[in-house]
Amino acid sequence: MQRIGVFICWCGSNIAATVDVKKVAETIKAEPGVVYSENYQYMCSENGQQLIKNAIKEHNLTAIVVGACSPRMHEATFRKAAEAAGLNPYMVEIANIREHCSWIHKDMDEATEKAVVLVRTAIAKVKLNAPLMSGESPVVKRALVIGGGIAGIQAALDIADAGFEVDIVEKNATIGGRMAQLDKTFPTLDCSACILTPKMVDCAQHEKIDILSYSEVEEVKGFVGNFNVKIRRKARYVDETKCTGCKICMEKCPSKKGLNDFNMGLNTRPAIYIPFAQAIPNVAVIDPEQCIKMKTGKCGICQKFCGVGAIDYTQKDEFIDRQYGAIVVATGFKPIALDNFNEYGYADNKDVITSLELERLMNAAGPSDGVLVRPSDGKHPKVITFIQCVGSRDTSGCGKPYCSKICCMYTAKHAMLIREKYPDTEVHVFYIDVRTPGKNYDEFYRRAAEQYGVDYIKGMVGKVYNVNGKLMVQGSNLIDNEQITIESDLVVLATAIEPEPSVRKIATLLTASIDTNNFLTESHAKLRPVESPTAGVYLAGVCQGPKDIPETVSQASACAAKVIGLLVKDKLKTNACVATPDEMMCNGCSQCANVCAYGAITYVEKEFRLGGGKTEVRRVVSVNPAVCQGCGACTVTCPSGAMDLKGFSSKQIMSEVEAICKM
Amino acid sequence: MQDVTTGNKEFKPNIVAFCCNWCSYAGADLAGSSRLTYPANVKIIRVPCSCRVNPMFVLKAFQQGADGVILCGCHPGDCHYVTGNYYTRRRMALLFSFLNYMGIEKERTRVEWVSAAEGAKFSAVMNDFVKTVTELGENKRLTDLRVKEGK
Ligand SMILES: Cc1cc2nc3c(=O)[nH]c(=O)nc-3n(C[C@H](O)[C@H](O)[C@H](O)COP(=O)(O)OP(=O)(O)OC[C@H]3O[C@@H](n4cnc5c(N)ncnc54)[C@H](O)[C@@H]3O)c2cc1C
Ligand code: SF4
Ligand code: SF4
Repeated sequence: MQRIGVFICWCGSNIAATVDVKKVAETIKAEPGVVYSENYQYMCSENGQQLIKNAIKEHNLTAIVVGACSPRMHEATFRKAAEAAGLNPYMVEIANIREHCSWIHKDMDEATEKAVVLVRTAIAKVKLNAPLMSGESPVVKRALVIGGGIAGIQAALDIADAGFEVDIVEKNATIGGRMAQLDKTFPTLDCSACILTPKMVDCAQHEKIDILSYSEVEEVKGFVGNFNVKIRRKARYVDETKCTGCKICMEKCPSKKGLNDFNMGLNTRPAIYIPFAQAIPNVAVIDPEQCIKMKTGKCGICQKFCGVGAIDYTQKDEFIDRQYGAIVVATGFKPIALDNFNEYGYADNKDVITSLELERLMNAAGPSDGVLVRPSDGKHPKVITFIQCVGSRDTSGCGKPYCSKICCMYTAKHAMLIREKYPDTEVHVFYIDVRTPGKNYDEFYRRAAEQYGVDYIKGMVGKVYNVNGKLMVQGSNLIDNEQITIESDLVVLATAIEPEPSVRKIATLLTASIDTNNFLTESHAKLRPVESPTAGVYLAGVCQGPKDIPETVSQASACAAKVIGLLVKDKLKTNACVATPDEMMCNGCSQCANVCAYGAITYVEKEFRLGGGKTEVRRVVSVNPAVCQGCGACTVTCPSGAMDLKGFSSKQIMSEVEAICKM
Repeated sequence: MQDVTTGNKEFKPNIVAFCCNWCSYAGADLAGSSRLTYPANVKIIRVPCSCRVNPMFVLKAFQQGADGVILCGCHPGDCHYVTGNYYTRRRMALLFSFLNYMGIEKERTRVEWVSAAEGAKFSAVMNDFVKTVTELGENKRLTDLRVKEGK
């Protein structure tokens, strides 16, 4: 039998003015199990807490109820006080007689009566409380960053600068991501490579950062503080430790017809290649689909010319296992495929290009050395028409329902750069709305429209068709209410962006949720925007939602701050109020794992004694207390009633219901 | 409270409200600190998430003499535990129609989304719920009469 102490607080006059606190304390004395009942002006004060501590010791209390303000205010305070007096902190319950009683009721009798009921309800619960312990789990002081775009790079640098080891796993041969492909960047128009490549070099030189390029995450086990990750190091057929990046192999390779994906397929590259001049690591990789030696056994030219003997055609994928305390997902995006948008003639006309292709065409290191030319005939285009929202804000099902967010700004950038470099060029932009919120962003767009003479046309494009090498862009001008056709030399499609498809696999491996558009979901849209619902997993960059570089970098740094906050801890205190299964009742049906948003539930084969010396092996549930957040979803889902929640057990709540119904 | 003309005791329904810790319980706290009144016969039980409410708890409340039961949780999409309130919504839709079939009118049961910022909504919802249940009168279905007599 519990020895319960009850402490009724006046909260000055906040409670005492409407609730007869002395009467409550007096009435409660008669409750079975209550051995001590007291009232005091301010229970949360030093003196009030001392009163509680003394009573716990003097009366050997095993549980206490404090009738006071909301538990959201002072539950922690009273738990601490109880702990200081030698009581388990979870043997404390709060009856909220201020916010839920004295402050909202005017009639003293009514409020007093309700206060008694609320205190009785808390007593009914506390009678069934059991001492709880939060577990501890160690923290591996190393972080994994998946994706080496600007998001991953920034997160890795910030974490490493705080003194923790970081691995960047990048699926491509180099880090850098999409930003490495861009020419200039809005809103300041500084050159993308000039601001990105120094950061890439910083990563390579940082003693705490290990870049695992051309690698992918294969398997993730464990939980916050303690992830075990299997990483596939894809065969590059070039020894990373030997290659000096001299590029002689690229010159000598006879198979030069592979599409250069870094240049969005606008030109070709050799079978052995380094994606771009400033690649990190600056190490070649062989495309086995294109390599003559690997397909026919003949050739081997690169091996002959390589001065350091780095080429190894027999290399195999390797697997490494590493432990991490935290994981940052930064897998970025790709432009959508345009198969559903035949009206723009992208597949049929070389001179209809996407904005990312335009970035490459304008880039000094691109396929045309930065000279803006038509892909079809290499001539300088005189009339360029941009089409906005291609596949974005599309509810027809062909494209994406969301706004890709970056296109209005980059098109203003493209238009301005073109008008500046080639003032004889006419630039038109078809748009539905121009969306440019952000610091100095609207000013940037207005500069394009007002100072650079870019012709912004509000209206949609119905069709793009080719007449004798001229691209006819047919659309509506909603302001002048007319149909127009613009004879253009080059058409640029501001193509919607979507999460890099491999994010689905990553999300599954991490039990991190994704939304209907494949963007990773944050733990709370407003208050926990960089945490995934899976503890220890953080989100940075476009994998979480469309965003530009400044936003990506802010989010990455925020992620790093969260990761550092986790890694500085030696041990993690786990939530004490977690799901707790009764193995004898569980039949292993798996329904609970389906509703757990955190992946806290797994199943194990366990041996049970049947009596008479017999045993039986059954599949039963197992809850990881380090991962369980204590929502209780599983407890209600379990058809066998095998799952319960510590601190909010079914018995406790049933007993509260019973008490609260007695008016 | 005595009604002088008839001598009848004014009917005050017994209302149990399950509130999730993160949104609705905080919303109720805000109603309190904003001094937004609602009747004293609304009594709140704190649960971590609305999805912790087992249909058994609702049945138990009616059995113990509740005249109305209301569940409050975070708005859809805002659940502290990501998806908890979606389970609540579906479970309770089923339970409430079942209860209605058994004679506990569907107006006696309710699920409402109240955020931590919606103190005013909390009080408005409770006032409205009490009014609705008062009009329906006492709930006799499921109640354990021994409990009612002894109270
Ligand atoms: C045409 C165009 C122009 C733009 N212009 C500007 C501009 O001027 N200013 C501006 O601020 N923003 C601009 N942006 C936006 C900018 O490109 C993005 O904000 C930025 O690149 C986002 O960085 P990220 O790291 O999130 O993604 P990414 O750059 O996509 O990087 C993701 C990285 O993760 C890797 N990865 C993906 N999946 C995996 C996996 N499963 N395992 C391992 N690695 C993986 C990828 O290979 C890549 O290296 C532009 C975008 C486009 C399309
Ligand atoms: S209480 Fe919630 S978080 Fe914990 S195991 Fe059950 S469903 Fe998962
Ligand atoms: S739902 Fe219940 S019975 Fe099924 S696996 Fe989970 S705990 Fe076991």
